Amino acid sequence: MKLTVWTYEGPPHVGAMRVATGMKGLHYVLHAPQGDTYADLLFTMIERRDHRPPVTYTTFEGRDLGADTAGIFKTACMDAYERFRPQALIVGASCTAELIQDDPGGLAEAMDIPVPVIALELPSYQRKEGFGTDETFYQIVKALARPMARTPEISCNILGPVALGFRHRDDIEEVRSLLWEMGIAVNVVAPLGATPEQITTLGQAHFNVMLYPEHAETACRHLEKVCDQPYTKTVPLGVGATHDFVAEVAALAGVEPRKDLSRLRQPWWSKSVDSTYLTGKRVFLFGDATHVKAAARIARDEMGFEVVGMGCYNREFARDIRALAKDYGLTALITDDYLEVEKAIEEAAPEMILGTQMERHIGKRLGIPCAVISAPVHVQDFPARYSPQMGWEGANVIFDTWIHPLVMGLEEHLLHMFREDFEFHDEAGPSHHGGHAPKPVAEPGAPVAETARPAQDAQDDAAPGSTGGDVMVWLEDAEKELKKIPFFVRGKARRNTEKFAAEQGVTEISIDTLYEAKAHYAR
Amino acid sequence: MNRPATIPAQTCRDAPILKQRGQREVFCGLTGIIWLHRKMQDAFFLVVGSRTCAHLLQSAAGVMIFAEPRFGTAILEEGDLAGMADAHDELDREVARLLARRPDIRQLFLVGSCPSEVIKLDLARAAERLTVEHAPHVRVLNYSGSGIETTFTQGEDACLASMVPVLPATQARELLLVGALPDVVEDQAVKLLSEMGIGPIRVLPAPRSAEMPGIGENVVYALLQPFLGDTAAALDRRGARMISAPFPFGEEGTTAWLRAIADEFGVDDETFDRVTAAPRARARKAVAAAAETLAGKSIFFFPDSQLEIPFARFLIRECGMEAIEIGAPYIHKGLVGPDMDLIPAGPTISEGQDVDLQLDRCRAARPDLTVCGLGLANPLEAEGLTTKWAIELVFTPVHFYEQAGDLAALFARPLRRRALLKLEAAE
Ligand code: SF4
Ligand code: SF4
Repeated sequence: MKLTVWTYEGPPHVGAMRVATGMKGLHYVLHAPQGDTYADLLFTMIERRDHRPPVTYTTFEGRDLGADTAGIFKTACMDAYERFRPQALIVGASCTAELIQDDPGGLAEAMDIPVPVIALELPSYQRKEGFGTDETFYQIVKALARPMARTPEISCNILGPVALGFRHRDDIEEVRSLLWEMGIAVNVVAPLGATPEQITTLGQAHFNVMLYPEHAETACRHLEKVCDQPYTKTVPLGVGATHDFVAEVAALAGVEPRKDLSRLRQPWWSKSVDSTYLTGKRVFLFGDATHVKAAARIARDEMGFEVVGMGCYNREFARDIRALAKDYGLTALITDDYLEVEKAIEEAAPEMILGTQMERHIGKRLGIPCAVISAPVHVQDFPARYSPQMGWEGANVIFDTWIHPLVMGLEEHLLHMFREDFEFHDEAGPSHHGGHAPKPVAEPGAPVAETARPAQDAQDDAAPGSTGGDVMVWLEDAEKELKKIPFFVRGKARRNTEKFAAEQGVTEISIDTLYEAKAHYAR
Repeated sequence: MNRPATIPAQTCRDAPILKQRGQREVFCGLTGIIWLHRKMQDAFFLVVGSRTCAHLLQSAAGVMIFAEPRFGTAILEEGDLAGMADAHDELDREVARLLARRPDIRQLFLVGSCPSEVIKLDLARAAERLTVEHAPHVRVLNYSGSGIETTFTQGEDACLASMVPVLPATQARELLLVGALPDVVEDQAVKLLSEMGIGPIRVLPAPRSAEMPGIGENVVYALLQPFLGDTAAALDRRGARMISAPFPFGEEGTTAWLRAIADEFGVDDETFDRVTAAPRARARKAVAAAAETLAGKSIFFFPDSQLEIPFARFLIRECGMEAIEIGAPYIHKGLVGPDMDLIPAGPTISEGQDVDLQLDRCRAARPDLTVCGLGLANPLEAEGLTTKWAIELVFTPVHFYEQAGDLAALFARPLRRRALLKLEAAE
């Protein structure tokens, strides 16, 4: 048993729903109680889908338990087939139905439904949403795809985009255009937008583009084995990764790595002098492994940030992220515990968080700007406009998105100069954010939670910079001086000062300590 | 003059009820935690369930992520399912850890879910054991919010019902208001009743465990919500008596509700009119503004919060709407009977649902406004229907006179918006 407050991932059947809802002509019969229908709103509200997810829930009740829940499943299955006439059915159980062991797969198979019925075994008490997407897509591919003659022209499949994905809709367009520039045809994009019939033709392609390893790695491996299709390992997020992706695809396809860079503005935007202020901005990365990996490279190499923390919530990729963190001189945070992430961010005191919607909330509470780089995301992360993350345009979009929450170059200086000015004062936050100005940086020592903080936690918080048992105190003058430092660097100043003091064996921080530390860390 | 003048000869109470058995598209009772935990400030709601339960709470909470909310899910894992003995041990351990970390918690609710019920994890036993262990600082209670036993607002009912047996006994003559309402609304009710000389007035749930009301034979109670059937039964068992009335939505509903209580306490007409005249006039005026949009329009209710019948009564009688179908997850005539009495026969009254068949009926009827859950709203909008998502009606203050206009406006807004948008070429 584990106490959970907020989760990064839903149960595995929600992953299956993301695959089913992304596809067309597929229907999912889910043995589940009525409350589980909440999952529909993820798609209809957060993603603003204009159709109900293609899911029939059996909604059995307590009084059915001793009686005939299997019968309810069979009726639901038949009704769903009759009403929706899908090209294929997937069937499975949610956490509750897993316990009553009706075996939806076996029941459906015995029913002579005249289309393929694919049974899903998604262990709800062990695995999560990410496993659900990957496993479901794999089962569908395994059931439907067969080796077949290749298309005469060079073609590939784009595998991995699903419903409720972070910018999947637009990433597909961007990657299509990268491929088009090299003269490579796209055979099938799946799951998003594909029908079961199209899945049967996956084998025609010469290779696969694995767009999101989280959702398509198992399927890609299967196709490599069964249909002899190699697949790409580079995810084209960021300028450098997109160049690498083009090179990888060109090698796989045996074509020229042709690219049209006329739309790529990111490198100049990053080089232009206004961007100098981005240098060394301390950022904390958290999200799914693929996006975090990409963000780390972009942050360091393409923005000139300093990465001060990184981690992911999907344990399936823990090893990759641990190795990557090591390269950056960091220890990776692998957890799906929101409070742990919050604590790590508080301790690292970054100037910006690149995270998920959960980190956006952490940022709001701590007064740290946040840009979203990964699912889980909320309704505002499904913009009406074209807003990819991948490819050349994706690189441009990422540049804009990441600098948006920051205080801009000139404004930074104005804040220093006119600290007490009514418009530039500290608490106003970046001036271009209007009413949504972030709260002033919450001092790590101050109680930030709306609920009473437990005593033990508060103690931990009191001196995040202290290394040993000795308690570090800020003298009143120094504390006052610290408050004069603008909010977006105050966290860093506090942290550096405390670190410096600890190294010097100083336990009382005075104004002098503050400025000695400043000189020490000057760059 | 204060009682509703015309009681239609043929009312909804006697109309046949359409019952279909198929997929239901309603939240489970866990959802109530989202508002209950805000109301009871020293309570923690610990769901014993699965990742699905945690995800439901998170998705329903949507716009309000708190750092450390006063609810959480103890997620059952493979190991807990294998042997029952250690599931209790694990629960004890998680509870001890939680209470050590959160000294502000004085009441802990163990909330049962489908998984905990299917594996027959006895939370009543656990609650007894934990109450002894953590007495006197924390009282531990349990109730079911599972989707196999409860729908949406029934979770609040189950929660309040679980509190009734442990309320202190009293011989005092008191009025008890039952239901978790936003403070601003609750205060309005108390003020109106106090001005009539009615009191003492207590509320269930109280904001803090120390302020919980007493209960006994001289207590009369009035429900604030139409979904509190089990709570009412539990109160009856403790000797309290219900004051039955239409629910306090709209000018008419609020007046009827207040009148029933006033009668119980022997308030004369003159006093009643003096206290209610001004807010009644305000309510009528505010409703009239929204009614301009609503009058003559048809409405279709999918089952959701149990508020459907009282809302339909309000919209038909005070806003001039015409109901095509009024669906509710279940219909408890002992509670909503007085509201049904005020609705002329005509609309289809349905209980439970087969969502696909109900969607067919809705599409065929093409109502001007459809009230439905979040899973159906956008798909129906895309088909050209105008919708109001029901959950907003549960989260917004809509009771009593001062909110009557807001309630009407919530229904009017989607219609006004549809009329407002011009998304085609000008020609
Ligand atoms: S329906 Fe049951 S399993 Fe689903 S969220 Fe509700 S209590 Fe949990
Ligand atoms: S503030 Fe958070 S919970 Fe609210 S809509 Fe935005 S992302 Fe969602």
